[in-house]
Amino acid sequence: MAGWWPRFVRPSTLRRQGILGMNARNASYIAEHNPRRHYPRVDNKRLTKQLATEAGLAVPGLIGVIHSHHQLRRLADTLQEQTEGFVIKPAHGAAGDGILVVTGWRGERMRKASGRMLDSNGLQDHISGILSGMYSLGGRPDAALIEERVQFSEVFTEVAHTGVPDIRTVVYRGYPVMAMLRLPTQESDGKANLHQGAVGTGIDLASGATLGGVQHNQPIRVHPDTEASLVDLAIPGWDKLMELAAGCRELSGLGYLGVDVVIDRHRGPLILELNARPGLAIQIANGQGLQPRLQAVDERVAKVSDEPPASRAAWAAAHFGCVPVGLGPVPHERHDD
Amino acid sequence: MRRLHLPLLILLLLGTGLGIFYYKVTALDMPLQPGAMADTWLVEARIRYQPTGGATDVRLRIPERLPNYARLDENFVSRGYGLTTSQARDDRIAQWTSREPRGEQTLYYRTTLYRDGGDRDDEDYPGPVAPREWEEPFDSAAGALVQHARERSSGIRSFATVLTRDLASGDANGNASLFVMDGGDRELRTQTLIDLLSVARIPARAVTVIPLREGQRNIEPETWLEVHDTERWVPIHPLDGSVDYPENVVVWSHGDSPLLDIDNGSDEELRFSVTRSVQDAVGTAQRLGETMDTRILDFSPLELPLGTQNTYRVLLMVPLGAMIIVLLRNVVGIQTFGTFMPVLIALSFRETQLLAGIILFTLIVSLGLAVRFYLEHLRLLLVPRLAAVVSVVIMLMLALSILAHHLGLERALALSLFPMVILAMTIERMSVVWEEHGPADAISQGVGSLIVAAAAYGLMASRQLEHLLFVFPELLLVILAVTLLLGRYTGYRLTELFRFGRMQDALRRND
Repeated sequence: MAGWWPRFVRPSTLRRQGILGMNARNASYIAEHNPRRHYPRVDNKRLTKQLATEAGLAVPGLIGVIHSHHQLRRLADTLQEQTEGFVIKPAHGAAGDGILVVTGWRGERMRKASGRMLDSNGLQDHISGILSGMYSLGGRPDAALIEERVQFSEVFTEVAHTGVPDIRTVVYRGYPVMAMLRLPTQESDGKANLHQGAVGTGIDLASGATLGGVQHNQPIRVHPDTEASLVDLAIPGWDKLMELAAGCRELSGLGYLGVDVVIDRHRGPLILELNARPGLAIQIANGQGLQPRLQAVDERVAKVSDEPPASRAAWAAAHFGCVPVGLGPVPHERHDD
Repeated sequence: MRRLHLPLLILLLLGTGLGIFYYKVTALDMPLQPGAMADTWLVEARIRYQPTGGATDVRLRIPERLPNYARLDENFVSRGYGLTTSQARDDRIAQWTSREPRGEQTLYYRTTLYRDGGDRDDEDYPGPVAPREWEEPFDSAAGALVQHARERSSGIRSFATVLTRDLASGDANGNASLFVMDGGDRELRTQTLIDLLSVARIPARAVTVIPLREGQRNIEPETWLEVHDTERWVPIHPLDGSVDYPENVVVWSHGDSPLLDIDNGSDEELRFSVTRSVQDAVGTAQRLGETMDTRILDFSPLELPLGTQNTYRVLLMVPLGAMIIVLLRNVVGIQTFGTFMPVLIALSFRETQLLAGIILFTLIVSLGLAVRFYLEHLRLLLVPRLAAVVSVVIMLMLALSILAHHLGLERALALSLFPMVILAMTIERMSVVWEEHGPADAISQGVGSLIVAAAAYGLMASRQLEHLLFVFPELLLVILAVTLLLGRYTGYRLTELFRFGRMQDALRRND
């Protein structure tokens, strides 16, 4: 059946499957565990980066920050030193908007990730758009961050020839509860947004292996552009990633958190950004509901408090891994047709 | 305690709101239906002026005998003023006097009218009038005009009609054009007609009428011509010559002297407002309330001045609209642009009506969007771009209004009531969504906003609900309680049942 065809499911079925809904997420998790005063720590990427660096968590290197238009004049010349390319992003951007990836230079001109060329005027236009608040919430004036470009791990070359593949982990009260790999496709125009046609694949928290993908809510086993298999891709440095994600709880002060990580060929997992309102699509990618895992964490915290990040990550890997008892997909749902 | 806090608050609000409501309905007999006496009108004249020092003397002409209408009651609101009313030929004059008022002064005269259809006993024929003296070339032109009109008429009434039409069309051998230098001003035209009629020795007079339009806050008095046909005064429209008043028009005063006259005052302003009144249906309830010595009715919006009442009729509907938004967003899960933009759009639908409103809204937003995409190429900064979009939106509204006017679509003129800044923001956000998430998202959110606005309008336009909320404002507490209740709704949204319904295949994968 076509994926976009509306199909109704009873609320009781969803509840049995442990699917977390938008209202429950907002009221029971975000409102409950995310104090508003800590939001700037995740909404301002520059602050996130600074806090992460202080906490010893790995982030992509910062080349510079642009606050005002007069910094733009000589910018292209200084950036020519970055032969490996660089990334420009708004400090207050959301959902990956306004991010410009330059992969290298050809003479005076820059090559964008999409393969198109960009001259220094185009670069200045883009940055001045960021500064005037084109991508920030409410149009407030913003700053532009210039970061080193991440050299993606070879694992992804087969499945992500366009855009930035990243790993979204939902961290609840310091415990990573669910993760997915987001692969941009041609259809999603290089963006890692499932709603726009990117592929999401669930990840086994124990091994870091992908479980197979979902596009437009339909299960797929191969990448729609490259036909490469989406099953059992091993994400390098998985244990380190889990610890990194767990450590973001202290750094952000938020109890319900989305951590976006990229894997660098040389440096391993790097925190790209944090999100105080992570979406619900991760459940679709994993084919599982969040609710049982969140409850398991609540029970764990009631018993053991003040666990360090590393042991939290280990506990999560052990309990939310692929064949845990009682937390797999709900068996009765086969009869629902 | 913390768990019980919200439920207790909700119960308290519900109990208070419904309790007062129940008391007002059962013990005070307040009407649940709007307009128990539909032809009852409350007309209010509001005078404002600045005293210039010394004793002031404010004279307002007020009606004495009203054809077709009966006066149920009247009252004067004037603190610190002495009040006398006196007879002045066909009208009365209310005279407020004060020794030394300070600061801006506001005086009210209110009267409740109802249409009884009966003509009052008519005055006798005042006899032929003396013709006005004219200079040349007016004298001979007037003579020719009158002669020309007389040839085509059979009596006083038809003569006056023909003469009015001659002036209106401005032909009749060019004689009429000498007298129509007034540019269509009703008052001047009426005076000219009185003068011309005097040439034929017909008694005529100017009257000032108030059109009764439901819920209007600033009504312009209109001038009509009355001609005595030896039996009764016949009203004639001074510009198009039609005979007799239309349905909802009340004669306020006679003669051409001004309605308002102030000694030692400046910047005077006279405003009329009209409401189709629940005062009367509610009036008995209020009298009952007074005898029972209850304070509840002191907090009724019915005590407010009329203009304010009409504002609150609309304002009291806004919480209802907001509650609908909460329902549609959090329980149904429709995505909209801006949280309360649909309520504002729904408010403007009240003026345009639903279908025209939706068409106009779609038209403006799509045209604005096209312009916005063009502006994108110019790479403007955010605030200048928004300002440009606002300007473009207003120009589009003006162009559409002019076009609609020429096409005779008067309804579309209410376009000017659209909140243009909100429209501009909607266009901006829609274009951002369009670019970043694709046209499908932008259009679905736009349609979502329209659906929500239409639903909110559907409720907010209901006369029954408007009446209930206005007469029983305590029902707002009930709306507040429901809103608070919805605020803790953590169940699935209706749209999520479909969203996660589609992923059921994916869920099965691991079995």
